[in-house]
Amino acid sequence: VTGDAVALFDQAPAAYVVLDRADGRILQANQAFLDLVRRPVAEVLASTFSDMVGVAGRIYTETHLMPMLDLTGRVDEVALDVVVDGGDRLPVLLNANLDRSGDRATVRVVLFEARERRRYESELLRVTREAEQARRQAVDLVATLQQTLVPPVLPQIPRLGVWATYRPAGAGDEVGGDFYDVFSIGPLQWMVVLGDVVGKGIPAATVTSFIRHALRDLAMQIADPAELLHALDRAMRAAASEKFCTAVVLRLTETEDGWAVSGAVGGHPLPLLGTRDGTVTELGRPGSLIGLLDDPHYSTFTHRLVAGEFVTVFTDGVTEAQRGPDLLGDRALHDLVRAASQDPSTVSEGLVRAAVAFQAGHPRDDIAVLTLHPS
Amino acid sequence: VSALERHRVSVTGPADGTPMLFAHGFGCDQSMWRLVAPAFADEFRVVLFDHLGSGHTDPDAYDPVAYSTLDRYAQDVLEICHELDLREVVYVGHSVSAMIGVLAQIAEPDRFSRLVLINPSARYVDDGDYVGGFSRTDIDELLELMDSNNLGWQQPLAGMVMPGPELGEERAELDESFCRTRPDIARKFAAVTFLSDNRDDLASVSVPTLVVQNRHDTIAPLPAGTFVRDHIPGATLEIIETSGHCAHLSAPAETVAAVGAVVRA
Repeated sequence: VTGDAVALFDQAPAAYVVLDRADGRILQANQAFLDLVRRPVAEVLASTFSDMVGVAGRIYTETHLMPMLDLTGRVDEVALDVVVDGGDRLPVLLNANLDRSGDRATVRVVLFEARERRRYESELLRVTREAEQARRQAVDLVATLQQTLVPPVLPQIPRLGVWATYRPAGAGDEVGGDFYDVFSIGPLQWMVVLGDVVGKGIPAATVTSFIRHALRDLAMQIADPAELLHALDRAMRAAASEKFCTAVVLRLTETEDGWAVSGAVGGHPLPLLGTRDGTVTELGRPGSLIGLLDDPHYSTFTHRLVAGEFVTVFTDGVTEAQRGPDLLGDRALHDLVRAASQDPSTVSEGLVRAAVAFQAGHPRDDIAVLTLHPS
Repeated sequence: VSALERHRVSVTGPADGTPMLFAHGFGCDQSMWRLVAPAFADEFRVVLFDHLGSGHTDPDAYDPVAYSTLDRYAQDVLEICHELDLREVVYVGHSVSAMIGVLAQIAEPDRFSRLVLINPSARYVDDGDYVGGFSRTDIDELLELMDSNNLGWQQPLAGMVMPGPELGEERAELDESFCRTRPDIARKFAAVTFLSDNRDDLASVSVPTLVVQNRHDTIAPLPAGTFVRDHIPGATLEIIETSGHCAHLSAPAETVAAVGAVVRA
């Protein structure tokens, strides 16, 4: 049996060494190990294990491998490079266990060449890094794209304060469907639009971009807001997109005592009119979703906006802010607007903050709010 | 989350004893102290912890940017001291935690009464006449190696809640995962460990310091240990006749004796 045991060690089909745990010296090495490291037996038996695995392997051995062996008695599938005669590196995987039965503790180590496996792992690692980089680029792209859906800076309009706040859904790694825009359509005349394209991601962003440009173009030609929404509806259906949207459009003309407002709503929450004394009422009448129906209807409303009043438009990310089964809802919305009515400049940000807080910091949908106040 | 939970802090020994804070080095976790720390629990209030990213700390709590300097690790040490209201602390730090202790003592000089630096190195990379023991290429190879040792990492552990203060029998069940840090974190810890240079900080240490050095240290060679002794004002050096880089594992009795000789004096 003894003779067999020697053969089992010497002729094992794996590189096999026995080390002194205390100083790492190689006490025994089989033929496969000598072949693996391409060194003569005398040299191997005068070396430590650290001498065989290069500097990096030595650090890893001392800081990870040996402590693991001491505590758990074994290690499995550790990847190291063996330095063969001539200095070449040979990737190996090793298993080891600790033997405390003798006078001095020894470590048995079995090593397998792992060139193919390491190549595969390096490839895996490279692909993982590329994927991570691609993800980061996607997040950057989303941020850039989102900036094309809402103006980075609002125009300065004499005698009209405009406050807009926008918060993308979730972690901000997806393009949302909310948009708004404020632009001049002539002397003392401005358009304010705010809406929500159904859906998310790149397809929604493409449609949103289309809508923003279509509205800018159409608003120069069509004065009546209801007609403007009809024109947008036709343009969207003509584009054969399966996407549809909601929107509120407001046309503002400066007057002696404030602003003449005319507007229309398509499938969107009605604008709110607030006053300094705390009343909150809705403006206009509901209209059809835009780009969906064969026979949509839209109607124009008008209002003379004077000092002490303000108009707030918002997407359903506010009212449909969800916590479990509960929605933030219209009543809470009105209360929030009323509470902020003494200072209209705080309405937009206050609503977004409340909707985000209601959802514990992780809004499920985009939230956009825009408030107008004659100054 | 408190620093005590975050670092899985364990406290043993008499509550009114002088606090002795043991900080593990690069690789593995607080169980590296299992052959040494209990020897002081008769008289001292023994505090053990895991550095963030090591042991069973929550990988999500590890911020790779914040932990790219040893200062952040030193700040963690101080946070633990604050939460436990430790004063006159005897700080025992192994390997990279030696320099973490140096930085913590400099940041709050009155918090500590003594430093014990086991197998320390103020800089691992050679620099002119200075012997750190490694070339920059060596360290780059190490970082690559850390990347390829991803097999030991077991993903499900990330979500498990590990027992903290009661370092006992439950611990045995966790041994399987001992020393298996997530590879990306291990790589970053290796980088901050082996690429730091704290030589200029040594002169600012203002408490009695003992350097414990292995005769044949495979990672922090004798000249690195004597450099630390020579540059910390009044520091003394104790050489232990052992090899490897973990005196507290390979020569626990000698380590206990060397540390005990100064802290019990």
